[in-house]
Amino acid sequence: MALHLKTVNVRHHKLTAEKETVIMPYSCNLVIPMLQHIGRPCVPTVKVGDSVLKGQIIGEATEFMSAPIHASTSGKVVSVRDMLCPSGVYTPHIEIAPDKEDKSIEPLSFKIDSLSDLVDATRQLGMVGLGGAGFPTSIKLNPKNIDEVDTLIVNATECEPFITSDYREMLENAEDIKEGIELLKKLMNIKNAYIGIEDNKPKAIEIMKKLSGDIFEVKTLKSRYPQGAEKVIIYHLTGRKVLEGQLPADVGVVVINVTSLGSLVRGLKTGLPLTHKRVTVSGDCVKEPQNVYAPIGTPIDKIIEFCGGVVNEPEKLIMGGPMMGVTMCHGSMPIIKNTNAVLLLSKKLADTPEPTACIRCSKCVSACPFNLMPTVFEHAYHDGDLEALEKHKVMLCMECGCCSFVCPAKRPLVQTNRLAKAALREKK
Amino acid sequence: MDNLTVTSSPHFRSNNSTSKIMLYVILALLPTTVVGCVYFGINAVLVVLTGVVFAVLSEYIYEKIMKQPITVGDLSAAVTGLLLALNLPSTTPLWMVALASAISIIVVKQLFGGIGCNFANPALVGRIVITLCFTSETSKFIEPFVNANVDATAGATLLNSIAANEKLPELWRVFLGLHAGCIGEVCSLALIVGGVFLVVTRVINPAIPLSYILTTYLFTTALGYDGLYGILSGGLLLGAIFMATDYVTSPLTVKGKIIFGIGCGVITTVIRIFGSNAEGVSYAIVFMNVLTPLIDNLTAKKSPFAKPNKKEAKAK
Ligand code: SF4
Ligand code: SF4
Repeated sequence: MALHLKTVNVRHHKLTAEKETVIMPYSCNLVIPMLQHIGRPCVPTVKVGDSVLKGQIIGEATEFMSAPIHASTSGKVVSVRDMLCPSGVYTPHIEIAPDKEDKSIEPLSFKIDSLSDLVDATRQLGMVGLGGAGFPTSIKLNPKNIDEVDTLIVNATECEPFITSDYREMLENAEDIKEGIELLKKLMNIKNAYIGIEDNKPKAIEIMKKLSGDIFEVKTLKSRYPQGAEKVIIYHLTGRKVLEGQLPADVGVVVINVTSLGSLVRGLKTGLPLTHKRVTVSGDCVKEPQNVYAPIGTPIDKIIEFCGGVVNEPEKLIMGGPMMGVTMCHGSMPIIKNTNAVLLLSKKLADTPEPTACIRCSKCVSACPFNLMPTVFEHAYHDGDLEALEKHKVMLCMECGCCSFVCPAKRPLVQTNRLAKAALREKK
Repeated sequence: MDNLTVTSSPHFRSNNSTSKIMLYVILALLPTTVVGCVYFGINAVLVVLTGVVFAVLSEYIYEKIMKQPITVGDLSAAVTGLLLALNLPSTTPLWMVALASAISIIVVKQLFGGIGCNFANPALVGRIVITLCFTSETSKFIEPFVNANVDATAGATLLNSIAANEKLPELWRVFLGLHAGCIGEVCSLALIVGGVFLVVTRVINPAIPLSYILTTYLFTTALGYDGLYGILSGGLLLGAIFMATDYVTSPLTVKGKIIFGIGCGVITTVIRIFGSNAEGVSYAIVFMNVLTPLIDNLTAKKSPFAKPNKKEAKAK
């Protein structure tokens, strides 16, 4: 078995790496979706005309797979309506007109003596995976087989081009991260803790190494994409394979994104729920690319305005990174908890050329980190051959984009995989 | 921020493209093309030009008539024409070269659905068809630097000499290509330079050439012949590096490629030594082309993250 999974080399474009995070003031109405995580949407607890305080719950997590949503500032609720949220489904959105006073709720007080205390507090703080996935953190920290978990991995790889929000977290809040690791190790009774950082971030590696002591180990990873994908980082750091249908905890590992961990610790210290998010605003069509600490619910176009506005001719507006991010057709969509970047890219960088016929060059096959065969999926899907799709494990595809990236014929392989997965799911 | 494009991820693409790959193949073929033209003179130049021009023209005209998008820009037709010409002796009548080009492109490539859909290597099939139809005209091999029009005594190719157990030329002469043969197959040095270029630029995976060449060497030696001459003669390097590695007609996985290369090597040697035909390479590759879907099926990759099936689970 190879010790390394296949990865690809993408240009880093970390324009904002050395830009300190700037705090974005409240200048506009905030639109806060009730679904900012993987799982079930929250139920609005406020109505039009209500006054809210910063940190007050406005969306209640009524189901297990969920996390409550809080007001990002004080103000008045001006509308509650169903809209398309960034993850592509219709959910209620609560619009708040800030009163500019930014008055917070009484800080929550926590007494953390056990894991269940921590899980409880994490849920109250509205924590979800901030690296992009948005998995509710309280669930992540509370696996059923907690006794078998022996390894904590803090994911600080940030392998997507452009994005530097996790990098800034390490430079600006390294202590919080260290405290977080200590806390989780203690409460979850975990032996090994690693923080995985790509080697294109020497400063972060140095800072974390200084703090590590005997609490955790800094693991340097080659900066290749998709080094930060959960299964990939687990395999590269521990050699363990999270098989189809398994969770990391099934192989004794808990993975948490570095910003999620830092934010959790700050939440526990301040008693204030998650209301802001560091977003890398970058790309060759943004006047002043930078890292912005923005209130959740701020519309994208306001953030871009804050960064000096648009230059050049943007071809794509992307929420997230260029490899896995989602394109938006307008800038009114708000940023949410798991937004880590807003990119405005020109055609030169983000062109999607017309596909031509597959020449069977096998480059997609040798690029897939999971050893899948994208060109075979494509043929099977177009032949309607669901059996072949199942046999060749299209369900394992994590949509990382390596295959489409390398394809000389510019085949839309990831898109086809998505359709194929949907077709298989439907069959079941 | 108007006119934003909405597409599926990834939004970054590598700068690789079909035409770039084909261009690299042409560049890699340049050394052997130039050497062939120098060795065999103006006739060789004309054969190469005819091959390329008629291949491109056939594709253009076919696509025009069928009202399909014109794909000559991807350079794959040019590669086919060039490979075809390099696989012919410089004495081949030009109209035959043109005919072979047209057969390669129209019958073998386009009628099966165009680039990516053909079941066998177009250049090789084109070549086989005309060598079968016009055997004597397409097998007048001459020594380098001989004026074909004045002194058209056909020289014996290395392969003939090996088969007849004649005295062989010195190895260095063979390596530089100073012996009779097809335009593009004589100079091993130029072919290897091209092959290294393709491997370094990652256009081809070395699995097929290496397994093909090694198998031929070992098998030829095992049968009591000189293995080294075996791999330096009869278009083996040209075939192993440039023809057997044709993407469309070779397997997808490295495992499959190795099986493919070994198969080519075995069949080539068998045909050369036991058959009456000296053209082992072309037939071997086309035969393995036909087996490619089967090899692909048998060597499909298994994801390390797939659940082990019941049998394997028990074995553990
Ligand atoms: S990379 Fe593209 S052209 Fe090559 S085999 Fe895969 S789908 Fe076909
Ligand atoms: S998108 Fe899916 S098939 Fe393509 S490389 Fe990534 S995991 Fe493999």
